[in-house]
Parts: sequence; C-alpha cells; structure tokens
Amino acid sequence: MVKHSLRKIVTVAAIAFGTSLSVFAADPIKIGSVLSVTGPAAFLGDPELKTLQLYVEKINKEGGVLGRQLQLVHYDDGSDAGKANGFAKRLIDDDKVDIIVGGTVTGSTMSMIPLVEKAEMPFISLAGAVVIVEPVKKWVFKTPHTDRMAAEKVFDDMKKRNLTKVALLSETSGFGASGKKETEAMASKMGITLVANETYGPKDTDMTPQLTKIKNTAGVQAVFVFGLGQGPALVNKNYKQLGITLPLYHAHGVASEEFIKLSGPAAEGVRLPAAALLVADKLAAKDPQKPVVTAYRKAYHDRFKEDVSTFGGHAYDGLMMAVDAFKRAGSIDKAKVRDAIEATNGYIGTGGKVNMSATDHMGLDQSAFRMLEIKNGDWSLVK
Amino acid sequence: MSVLKRNYPLMILAAVLLMLPLVLPNNYYYDIAIRMAINAIIVLGLNLLIGFAGQISLGHAGFVGIGAYASAILPTHFGWHPLLATAAGAAIASAIAAIVARPIFRLKGHYLAMATLGLGIITAIVIKNEATYTGGPDGMPVAALGLMGFEISGEKQWYWVLAVLLLFSFWAARNLIDSPFGRALRALHGSEVASQVMGVDIVRYKVAIFVLSAFFASLMGSVTAHYIGFVTPNIADFFHSIELMTMVVVGGMASIYGSLIGAVLLTALPQALSTFEGWETVAFGSILILCMIFMPKGLVPTLAARFGRNGQEDR
Repeated sequence: MVKHSLRKIVTVAAIAFGTSLSVFAADPIKIGSVLSVTGPAAFLGDPELKTLQLYVEKINKEGGVLGRQLQLVHYDDGSDAGKANGFAKRLIDDDKVDIIVGGTVTGSTMSMIPLVEKAEMPFISLAGAVVIVEPVKKWVFKTPHTDRMAAEKVFDDMKKRNLTKVALLSETSGFGASGKKETEAMASKMGITLVANETYGPKDTDMTPQLTKIKNTAGVQAVFVFGLGQGPALVNKNYKQLGITLPLYHAHGVASEEFIKLSGPAAEGVRLPAAALLVADKLAAKDPQKPVVTAYRKAYHDRFKEDVSTFGGHAYDGLMMAVDAFKRAGSIDKAKVRDAIEATNGYIGTGGKVNMSATDHMGLDQSAFRMLEIKNGDWSLVK
Repeated sequence: MSVLKRNYPLMILAAVLLMLPLVLPNNYYYDIAIRMAINAIIVLGLNLLIGFAGQISLGHAGFVGIGAYASAILPTHFGWHPLLATAAGAAIASAIAAIVARPIFRLKGHYLAMATLGLGIITAIVIKNEATYTGGPDGMPVAALGLMGFEISGEKQWYWVLAVLLLFSFWAARNLIDSPFGRALRALHGSEVASQVMGVDIVRYKVAIFVLSAFFASLMGSVTAHYIGFVTPNIADFFHSIELMTMVVVGGMASIYGSLIGAVLLTALPQALSTFEGWETVAFGSILILCMIFMPKGLVPTLAARFGRNGQEDR
C-alpha cells in the first residue's frame, strides 16, 4: 500500500516535472507586429501579414527556432500612426514580445521608434524612408530599399543614356513626398538638373495638367515619376494620350504586376528600378538571389493564389533576418539579438544582399536594384 | 452639504480616477486609460456643441490637428517653449473657429455638416502639403513637454496629468450647462426663433460654443502630440472627425456622462476586438449599428430612461 502510493507520488511528480519542463521548452518565441492591414496602406500591409503568417507556420512545421515555436502577435493600425504607437505599447508591455517586425509605413514606424528605443526592443521596420535608419538608431533596422537608392539608380540609368535635364512628378503621399526630397538632393549630387518639379494628389484621377506643363517646359529630356498605387498608372495613360515621347521612369513603389495591368499598352517602354523578386524567372541561373526569390514566390502563390509584391518580400526579409539573428545569438536575449541583427552579413533576401553594420542598419547597396523596362506587357532586365 | 450633494458625480469620477491605477496592470493599460481621457475631453467639448447647442461639426479633428502641429512645429522650428506653443495652438484654433463660425453657422443641417467637413479637410490638406514645416504625410517628432526642469514622461505621469484635465473639463462642462449660458444653448437647440424672441443672441452663443469646443480639441491635440511624441496628418483627417462624432452619438447626445461613456467605450472596443483576426472592423460596425437601432438616443440617455430616472439628473 505504502509502496503503491509512493510510486504514485513519484509518477505524479515526474509527470508534473516533465510537463513543467516541456512547458518551459515549448514556450514560444513571440514575434510582435503592427501592420497597416486596413486603411489607405492596406495594399502594403496585407501581403506583409500574409507573408509573416505563411512563414511563421512554415518555420514552426520545420521545428521552430532554437527548439522553440514561433508565435506571431499582430495588430492592425488601420494606417494610423497614433494607433501604431498604442499597439507597440501593447506588444512591449502586455504581450511582452521578443522582437518587433513591422511598421508598414514610415509614419507608423516613426511613432513606434521612441517606444522600442526606450524598451530596448529589437525592431525591424518594413517602411521605406531614409529617416528610419538615418541617423542610426540603436534598436531600429529596416529591410526595404530607400527612396534615395531608387533615385540614384534611376539617375544612374539616365546618365548612361545622356539624359540630364529631368522633370520630376511626385505624389503628395508620404512615399512621394519623401521621394521628392531625396530625389532633389540626389539630383544636385549627381549633376542632374530638375527643370520641372510637379506634384499630384494620391487620389487624383487625371494628371494631364501637370504633364502638359512638363511637356511645355523647354529642354526636358526625361520624366521621373515618384508615386505609389494607381496614380503612376494614370500618368502612363495620360502620357501616351498627350503624345509625349520622352523616356519615362517610375520609382520602385509601383513594382508589381498590377502596375502593368492597370496601365495596359501605355506601360510600354517605361523603366523603373525594382528588386529581383519581380523578375525571379528572368534572373540568370547563377544569380545568388534566384533560389530565394523563386521559393518565396512559389510558396506565396501556392498558398494565397496571388502574385507576390515587393512589400510581402520586405516582411519575408524582416522575419528571416530575425530568425537568423535568433540562431546566431543562440538566445532571445534582446541585446544579443540586436547585436546579431547588426552583424548580419551576406544574408540573401528578396530585397538583395544584406550587409549590416554599426553605421548601416539597412545593409543594402545599389546592386539590390535591377533596372527594368516594360516590354510587350512584361518586365525585362535592362543590361 | 448641498455643495457636496451637487458635486457627487464629480466625486465619483475623482474616486474612479484615483482607484484606477490600483487595477491597471501595466503601461499598456495606462496608455488606453490616457487615450480614453484624451478622447473624453474632446468629446465633452464636442457634445456641448452637438448635443446641447444642436449644431454639427464634422471637422473637429482639424482643430485637434492644429493643436498637435502647433506643439510639434513651434518648439522644433522656432524654439518656443512647449507650453507656450500649446497656448498658441489653442489660440489659433479658437481664432479660426471664431472667424469661420459666423458664416458657417448661418447654414443648417446638411449644409452646416458640409461646411464643417470642408474646414476639417482643408486643415488636413494644409498639414499634408506644407512638408517643410510639418514633415508632410510621414509626420514629425514632437519635443517632450517640460516645465521648470521637470519633464512629463512615461505613462504613469501622463495618467495623472490627464486625470486632472479630465476632472476639470467634467466640472467645467457640468457647470456650464447649468449656467444661463447653458440654458441659452438648450433654448436655441429647441427653437432658434423662440429663443431669439426671448432675447438670446443666438449668433453669439453659437460662435462662443464653437470656439470653446475648438479650444478643448486643440488643447487635447497638443497633449496627444506630446504624449505620443510623434504626429502625423492622420490626427487631423476626416476619419478622426467621424470617430469623435461617433463617440458623441453612441454615448448619448446632450449627456455629459454619455460623452465619457462614449469615449471610453469606443477607445476600448477596437483594442478588445483586435483579436478577431480581420473581422474587427465588421464587429465594430455591427456593434455601432445595433447601438443605433436599439438605442437611437445613445447609451446613457436610453439606459437612464429605461431605469426610470429622470432625464434632468442624467445630463
């Protein structure tokens, strides 16, 4: 009898101990995210969320990270920076996440930065503007290319074609406004003259007035449009309607299949810088990015039956860099993870090859962008 | 004794605000409480205009934006003291309200709604486009609010600042309603002609209450800006105006308690629903629709009527 109960106690204790151990071991690594899944920036936030969900599931199926499962805690800020700030507090103080990957637009990211800096929380932003990583903030990193890089790439290509007098047409959205600023700075640096500088609203349905003005400006050799979404597609159409034949360039923000579909035949001959993701099938076989982008493209398409966009790619890069940092740090200690992210070297993602350093928290260079031209309704690489 | 009796709602609110920190587990909950208080104060002011005076404003976020950007721009670009900037923002918002009120309040109903809507949207557009000062659509950082070497930082300190502001606003709104000014407002809500005949200068009262609500809104805009430490044009946009308007309507028009309840509920609801995975907007909308179908007068007036207390008591 005594023996029996003793055995029972031992068994119970063993089970209790075992479960407590396994509970400890299975305690998931929490990845926090605030994305703009609804609101004006939904077309960016939606593929980002889908990508994060897809890959968190996938990583968990393959055994997780450091023997632990990943848990995605995500909130939708409705494209409102004030809400993003609130949700960042929730992630930090209430959910107690281990890292934050998110911040779809620059405004949301910037409103979260003071909080992550104070909480000493590693933060990988998915937003575009240079201000996020310049000046360098200890805990803040980002995956997307900057508007400055896009402007540089475009001007580079223009100079190769001896085009130095450029008309800039930018959108009054966050993306366009920041792009305008960087383009202006880059133009004077690269010896490009901006002979016209026009803007349009993100909801405008007709850009002929601005284009007419540009057309009538003396000496224009090329037109550079900095915008997102539908506006640039309308520019393409108006451009052809007005019979303008000058070379037309767009920024990286419109790099999606949707852009070609919206513009129709008016997109012919348009050039833009874009990440390799868009032209995965056209990359040379020995291109280091080829396997990464092809796999991501396939996984995303199989699951959601949608074309990939560069924005989802930014989320992929953010998550993978975080996972990579966890592995290299060998723990989820925030300071060690931060150091590991900063030490990211040679990571090949959808955005390009990433080499971070203490002075560069983005880690991409010009090679990350490919110059594309739309030919016969499809992308083609400009040599 | 009668003073105490008259002020017992104020006491209750004070007690709630004092006790709340005992049950708030972490900064995130403080954050929600702070946001509730900010919204409650704006909604109190807005409800004076909409509920009591019977005028509408669909552009109130514009005033919030003016306050917020005054607090962001003046210290950053011109080296003003943040408190001075806050005062300047409130003065600018009040001045704009006073100037536009006269022509705007000649309009009624839908036209008034349109005019105020326009005012709000214009403010938002100006903020978006004057990128040299406002940072454009990406917004700009805001300096911390300091006073004589002491800096308000962290949720716990802000909580007490907001608690005091909320108590003051609540007290002011209650007193205002029971003053001759408040009675005149309600009279012109009932019938403009009748109140004019009774000697109420309706234009003056409409302007005054519009200016007052703009003042409240601008002040809270400044507080929001300093509290969050970053502003974007979202703060002035149309959806924010609608959000504030919804708080007034759901809580109950012409009800001071309704303003508080509306602000608390509509600030908490999106947070509570955020676990619904993409359905939160649908759930949020459904709750609002059901509220309006079954309680068209708003939560507080409907419940007060249901439980048989007289309406006078529950303003």
